[in-house]
Amino acid sequence: MSDKPSGKSSVCVYIESQHGGVAQVSLELICRAREMAEKLGVSATAVAIGTGLKKFSPSIFSYGCDTYFTVEDKRLDSYETIPFSRALAAVFRKIQPQIALFGATPIGRDIAPRVAGILKVGLTADCTDLAIGDYEDPKTKKTYRDILYQIRPAFGGNIIATIVSPEHRPQMATVREGVMKLGVPDKSRKGSVVPFAFKFAASDFANQIIKRAVSQREVDLTAAHVIVSGGAGVGSRENFKLIWDLARAIGGAVAGSRAAVDNGFIEPEHQVGQTGTTVRPKLYIACGISGAIQHRAGMEYSSKIIAINTDPDAPIFRIAHYGIVGDLNVVIPKMIKAYKSKG
Amino acid sequence: MKLNIVVLAKQVPDTHNITAQAMKEDGTVNRAALPAIFNPEDLNALEMALTVKEEYGAAITVITMGPPRASQMLREALYRGADRTILLTDRAFAGSDTLATSHTLGLAIRKIGKVDIVICGRQAIDGDTAQIGPEVAEKIGYNQITYVEQIQKIEKNSITLFRNLGRTSETIRTKLPVLITVTGTANRPRSFGAKYMMRFKKARTWLEVADEIRNATGGTTYAEDYVQDQINRKCADMKKRGLLIETWSSAELKVDASSVGFAGSPTKVKKIESIVLTAREIKTVPPTDEGIKSLIKELIEEKTFV
Repeated sequence: MSDKPSGKSSVCVYIESQHGGVAQVSLELICRAREMAEKLGVSATAVAIGTGLKKFSPSIFSYGCDTYFTVEDKRLDSYETIPFSRALAAVFRKIQPQIALFGATPIGRDIAPRVAGILKVGLTADCTDLAIGDYEDPKTKKTYRDILYQIRPAFGGNIIATIVSPEHRPQMATVREGVMKLGVPDKSRKGSVVPFAFKFAASDFANQIIKRAVSQREVDLTAAHVIVSGGAGVGSRENFKLIWDLARAIGGAVAGSRAAVDNGFIEPEHQVGQTGTTVRPKLYIACGISGAIQHRAGMEYSSKIIAINTDPDAPIFRIAHYGIVGDLNVVIPKMIKAYKSKG
Repeated sequence: MKLNIVVLAKQVPDTHNITAQAMKEDGTVNRAALPAIFNPEDLNALEMALTVKEEYGAAITVITMGPPRASQMLREALYRGADRTILLTDRAFAGSDTLATSHTLGLAIRKIGKVDIVICGRQAIDGDTAQIGPEVAEKIGYNQITYVEQIQKIEKNSITLFRNLGRTSETIRTKLPVLITVTGTANRPRSFGAKYMMRFKKARTWLEVADEIRNATGGTTYAEDYVQDQINRKCADMKKRGLLIETWSSAELKVDASSVGFAGSPTKVKKIESIVLTAREIKTVPPTDEGIKSLIKELIEEKTFV
């Protein structure tokens, strides 16, 4: 790793700050970048833009970053597209990473395409998997070694596409939150912080924030170990009480499918699936959920899935580890009773 | 104040409502069988433009890039109150990824001239990339504000917007010109206006006019130069009456062939897999007291709830 300080050809992660800390997805991506960097024999780097960035370094290094580039300016207190994207593009031009990863958050999906536009490189949105492999161009028959496979659902989740950018660097992708596993931090890992000087123009700062409101996160499905989720089969908002009861009994969070949200059984912030949150809890109990592709996309990586459905042919049973063909109105009370008597 | 607004829109297959007819026997989606619709969030973008037009006065141009049949979507934009529509169509554009598409769209916006606000839907339901807005903004050198739910105020050279970033929401004042992307929660798009439908039901592209005249003149009966002349006259007349849906090809846009289509697209599709469910090994639990008891016991023993 002789090129370690420069970051040349590294696997680089854009570090997003959220509410004064590092966004969890940025740390997930560092873990994945670490794995890919080892495979490629290069370093893992990170770039952050803003103020007070040095305090993030212990956690960034502990997850596997070697070199952490920071761009600081007191005007960078809150995210704004033009200055952030210009500075990030300048860092990429300087350090020339081969891969650049962003969380597919609202901010990640605002800055990444802008940077791709500045650098005129490819970008794949909202990936659910990444891999390294070779690519042969079907027309020229030219083979490209160690290319980033950017894997994502498309077409409403009905297909999975593998996208490559063989000729352009960096190969850029935004990656959905929660799909890359957060590894165990190693507090003894060391790295270097490299401040990067960028000259901003006064005209870069065109936005004036009149008001910013941050709502309390009442529903945090991504952090839940156990999730009880209801679908159309629950039947009504009143009957959704059963889902809440089971969740309360076993100490889980409550979620719903798109059908449950659309029917008003539960609020949209509880939605799991392609248009909602992606979760990977230790246990996911799907009650009265048929298992449409859009829903499965948000929960299929749960460690254990229990499906309760009256229809034995429901697609949810194909990804479940435990299947209970039966009426949730009967099954759920039995589960609560069984859990309480064992506890 | 008369604002010039461009709305970028896309005709997309209706991936959200996949019916049994659109499924192939192997369980994959037959894309050709899906109806083509106005991308939902682009309708929110158009609605926002129409609201601005009502409040401040504006000329709204709707641009789409796509095959000739995307003209149907532009007629629908006219039925809702758009003033001018442009179809960017050329075989050379086929296979464009988001960067190549934004190149073409950017050239079209520049060709229009002074544009104060470009409004796009946040993303299209066939690709869900949300990349076109920011990439076009970069191409034309505009500031961008994404996830906009409301335009609160427009003053001379400035605009105040409300954007929703999930947990965070912001009210931002910024300078014009600007490109904004609009979410599906921004508004409820209006339906067609009766007077606009009356006025624009005969709106056509050059190609559609040509097809209609060729059909009417019956193949080889008439000399080609006569037919051409008829087409040109008809189009000139329609343009005068505001009924011509303009068509711009790579020639009108002076596009460099290496910047569009497959050649201008850094990303390549390596592989497409249709989703086919493969069954896991599943433990079937009977819905009885004993069945559920032993399941819960097993989960507790495996420390699933800790």
